[in-house]
Order: sequence, then structure tokens, then C-alpha cells
Amino acid sequence: MKFNALAAAMALGFAACASAQDTGPVKIGFITDMSSLYADIDGPAGGEMVKWAAQDFGGKVLGPNIEVVTADHQNKADVASSKAREWIDKDGLSMLIGGTNSGTSLAMAKVAEEKKKPFISIGAGSARLTNDACSPYTVHYAYDTVSLAKVAGNALIKSGNKNWFFLTADYAFGYSLEGDASNVVKSNGGTVAGAVRHPLNASDFSSFLLQAQSSKAQVLALANAGGDFTNAMKAAKEFGINKTMKIAGLLVFINDVHSLGLSNTEGLQLADSWYWNQDDASRAFAKRFFDKYKRMPSSVQAADYSAALTYLKAVKIAGTTDGEKVMETLKKTKIDDFYNKGSIRADGRMMHDMYLYEVKSAKESTMPWDYYKLIAKVPAEQAFTSVAESKCALLKK
Amino acid sequence: MDIFGIPLQAFLGQLLLGLVNGAFYAMLSLGLAVIFGLLGVVNFAHGALYMLGAFVAWILFDQFGIGYWYALVLSPLAVGVVGVIIERLFLKRLYKLDPIYGLLLTFGLALIIEGVFREMYGTSGQAYSVPETLSGATNLGFMVLPNYRAWVVFASLAVCIGTWFLIERTRLGAYLRAGTENAALVQTFGINVPLMVMLTYGAGAALAGLAGVLAAPIILVNPTMGSNLIIVVFAVVVIGGMGSIMGSILTGLGLGIVEGLTRVFYPEASGVVVFVVMVIVLMFRPAGLFGKEA
Repeated sequence: MKFNALAAAMALGFAACASAQDTGPVKIGFITDMSSLYADIDGPAGGEMVKWAAQDFGGKVLGPNIEVVTADHQNKADVASSKAREWIDKDGLSMLIGGTNSGTSLAMAKVAEEKKKPFISIGAGSARLTNDACSPYTVHYAYDTVSLAKVAGNALIKSGNKNWFFLTADYAFGYSLEGDASNVVKSNGGTVAGAVRHPLNASDFSSFLLQAQSSKAQVLALANAGGDFTNAMKAAKEFGINKTMKIAGLLVFINDVHSLGLSNTEGLQLADSWYWNQDDASRAFAKRFFDKYKRMPSSVQAADYSAALTYLKAVKIAGTTDGEKVMETLKKTKIDDFYNKGSIRADGRMMHDMYLYEVKSAKESTMPWDYYKLIAKVPAEQAFTSVAESKCALLKK
Repeated sequence: MDIFGIPLQAFLGQLLLGLVNGAFYAMLSLGLAVIFGLLGVVNFAHGALYMLGAFVAWILFDQFGIGYWYALVLSPLAVGVVGVIIERLFLKRLYKLDPIYGLLLTFGLALIIEGVFREMYGTSGQAYSVPETLSGATNLGFMVLPNYRAWVVFASLAVCIGTWFLIERTRLGAYLRAGTENAALVQTFGINVPLMVMLTYGAGAALAGLAGVLAAPIILVNPTMGSNLIIVVFAVVVIGGMGSIMGSILTGLGLGIVEGLTRVFYPEASGVVVFVVMVIVLMFRPAGLFGKEA
């Protein structure tokens, strides 16, 4: 009996391999940080958003049911790329969605390019994905370090905060963010006093903060994210750094604000691509999310949903899962849903508006998760890397 | 005056901050050393117990409005009880087996405890406020030290020295140490060794819980806070010498300072410096700095 079951399972396995061709089933892979410092921003709920998109699309495209598989990359680039390779080689994956962490997205983009499979990076920040590391198979969907630097950085400099010091997460994302923000500072006549790099997932920031304080810079820019950002903010308040320096969170998610509380974040300006309370369609999506998770979705989770839906629409129009043809369709399709409006540029950059928000004070906040007020809407052309600034060859054709 | 290009004042400030972190290493490695000394168990659940201590404090406040000072007593007690349950239910069955079984069991328990909290509270962390009486900061001349951090150093040193005194200088401690050497012989003198072992594990767990409560106002209370720390703490124990009480205290404080200074001179290496020290110590003194050579 047992032997029979095993044999049947193996036969099914072989059958699944044999049917992995351009005509489906469409199989979407989603790899993100499922358990560590970025897991609330994206994580298992992000994977669920991809599944929601597949369900809402009708569950089917080009025949059999759409499959969604998810994995935890543990913030390790090699884990991410080997999982991606395994799925594409063995399981007939049609496309890959990359969640948080730039190091992992840069690694997966290489695999996707080699295997000619569409790769949509959502939660990763590094603007290199569509610049010097661009690939015809990469789409960078939500935000990137350039847009964070331009949107959040510009606002601060224009209000007279010209001398900056960076506290940077010591990996691909941190470097990109620090570099892009430094460019914005310098091109606006500001100066960079220095930077200190901390290991990813550091627990104690007091030592780094003291170094920042002794730089006598006006702005302490936090070029980190998730748990690193929240712990740094908390320690900054404990040591009274927020009284002598203006603290700029370069990548702040709503989950971070929720963790820290409004008393620790009031007045903080931040750039984001989406906020749950921005319009009716977003509120409807947020309510559905809240009913399941008892928290509001981050912009990354909203983008997970939107990106998966965009891909499925493109597959339907192209009539194939062939990577090259789907990419061609993706770059021709206008995107317009609750998440954002825009289109995908030749370098893979999804061009959409970015927003500058300010965290409300406890008095201004009228209900749970009512955290942001909109300060400015920045058009895509001003927010992202311009064609002139880019080194991506795909843009130069 | 400069020290290696760093102004003396900044240097002193960094030394002090290193000491604060060292205080946590000392408290955690002390618990590990006590447990290893008496039970021969490499307690991989220690980080999870530390996280549990912080979470109990946060839950006490969030759900019941019970403040920091009560939590400082209640939370370690609760974690100690969890420790006793773990010892009675699981560890007790493993003493006759190879130590690797204890390690695997506690590692598995740590994953389960962490996973449950991750499922319930997510990973972004919960903010726990510094108690009113310890808020604010004191200007020491060379740096502004938050009062709470000063309290952490004081409290953990008091606990560490108290524990050392209890084990090395009291009759109860003598029983414990004798039990470590030859449990069967101590038993024949009419001392209830299994009870002693159970309470020791409970006390070790409570120490971890206490460290968790002390840490709660400094960092965000987070299910992964224990696993982030535990590997470093194990390195501390290895460097100090497994089972050496004073060794683990001094090594904890010392490595906190070493790590703190690394954050100034070469911040990128601050995550690995403890392991570099571990490798060097193991090469020259395989039993650890304070361990007895076999």
C-alpha cells in the first residue's frame, strides 16, 4: 500500500515535470524574508497577497489552475538564488517575485536573466536592479533607493537641513540608499559629514548613534529598514539624539511606525509608494487584509498583489508564459489599479508616482492605523532615476 | 588627548556602552554556565527564555497594566516556572544520554517557542517604555548616559556577583558544586539531587528571563531577539570556559567592551569580532580562558 502511494506520488511528480511548458500551468514563485526582521513588512502575508491576486484573477489562465509557491530566503542571497534555480529547473516555474532584501533580489535577478524568466522585485530597495545591474527580465515594481532619496531627501534639504550623517545597514541595500541619498544631498548644495555601517539585524545602536552625534551634523539619516530602523529610532530617543539632530528615516514602513508608536515617530517625514488610507479602493483592500491579519497592509504587500495581477494580465494578453514574450507585453501594458498607476520602462522600472508623508501626532490620529498625512505627490519622472542618470543599456537603445 | 585617533571622551563613552552590552552577555552566559556545570546540558533554549522574559513583561503591561518593577520579579518567576516544566517534562529523561541530545532538544524547544511568538505577535516588535523613575539621562561629562542603561549595568552586576557568591561561597553552592562532580555520591549523603537539578535549571531560566525584562525598554520586544543574541552568548561561554561561573561573568563584560570598541574602529566587523576572539582563544586555550585544562 505504502509502496503504491509512493509510486503514485513519483508518477505525479514526473507528470508535473513533463507538463512544465510555455502553456501552463502558470506557476508563480515568491521568495522573501518569512521569519526575520523584514517578515512583517512582507513575509507570509505578502505570499498570501500573491495568492489573492491569483484567486481574484479567476484562479486560471491559459488552462490549468494558477499555482503559487513560497519560500523563505532568510536574508541570504545564496539561499534565494538556489531556491529560484531549483524551482525554475525542476518545477517549471513561470515567473518569480522577490520580496524584501536587495542582496537576495540582485542574486535572483541574475538567475532569472540566465533562465529567461520574468522577475518582479517588490520589497527590495536597491536601485541597481534597474540601473547598472539591469536585465531584460527584471521589473522593479514598488519603490527604490533613488526614489526614497529624492522624495524624502529633497524635502529635508529644502527645509534647510544641509549637513548629513548616515547610519547605514552594511549590505547592498544600505550602500545603495546611502549613495543615492548622498547624491541628492550634494546636488542640492549639502554636505555629507560621514557614515557608520552597522551589521544587518544589529540589536544595539547606542554606540553607532554616539558616533553620529559627535559628527555634529544636522541630519542623522537612517539608511536601514525594518527592525534595524525601529531599534535605531528607539535608541536615538533614549539618548536624546532627536533633540540635537533631525532624524530622517529613509525607508520607513507603516509597520515600523506602528511598532514604535506615534510618540516615538511624530513629525517624521517619509517616502512611500502607497498608503492604505489614500482612497476608497485602497481602503477596501486594506479592510480585507485587516480582517485576516488584524493589521494594515504595508505598501510592499499591496504591491505584491498588484504585481501578481499585472503579470497574470500580461500572460493572458500574450497567450503564453514564454519569458521574452511576457516581458514584451508587460512593458507595453498600462498599469492602473488601487496600488498605483503607471507603466514599466524599458529598464524594468515601474514608473509611478511616489508620496511624501508625515507621521501624525497622537492628537491628529483619529483611529487605529491612522498614521500618515500626505505632504506631497511626486511624479514618477522626478522620483525615479532619469534616463539621463541611468547606466542601464536597455534604456539607451 | 586622543586614543587611536578617537577623542578620549568619545572613547570613554564607547567603553561604557560596551559595558552595558557586556552586562547582558554576562547575565546570559552566567545562566548557561550554571546549567552546563550542573546538568551538563548545553541550553540552546536560553535565548528563547530571554525573549520570553521580555514578552512576559510586555504582556503584563499591555494586558494588565502591571508596571516594570513588578515585572522585574514576576517575569523571571514565570520564566523560571517554564524552566522547571521543561526540566521535568523533557530534560530529566536525557541526563544519561550523550549531551548532544540535550542540545538538540533545547534547540528544538527554542525554535518552537520563537515560532509561536512570531505567529502571535509578528516580527516587527513591541515598544516597552522605560519606567518613569529611570527615564531621563545623566551628563557624565564625557557622555550623556540614559539613567536606564546605568541601572542595567548596576542590576546585572549585582545579580552576577550574587549568583557567584551563592555558588562559590555558600553551603547550598557547595552542594551544587559537589553534585556537579559526583551526583551519585552526593545523593548518598541524603541530598535530593534531582530536586536541586530541577531548581538549578529553573534558576538559570529565571536569570535569562530577568535579562529579558532588563532589555525590554532598550530594544523592541521581538520574537527573534533571543536567537539574535544566543549565538554570541554561546561564543562568550566558550571563550570563558564551559562551566566556569566567574569566567563567564568576566568574559561577558570583557567581550561587551571589545565589541563596543570594534563598533568605533571597524563597525562592519562588530558582528563577528566575538567569533574571531573565540577562534583565537580556542587555538591557544581550548578549554577557554577560565576553564580547567583537561
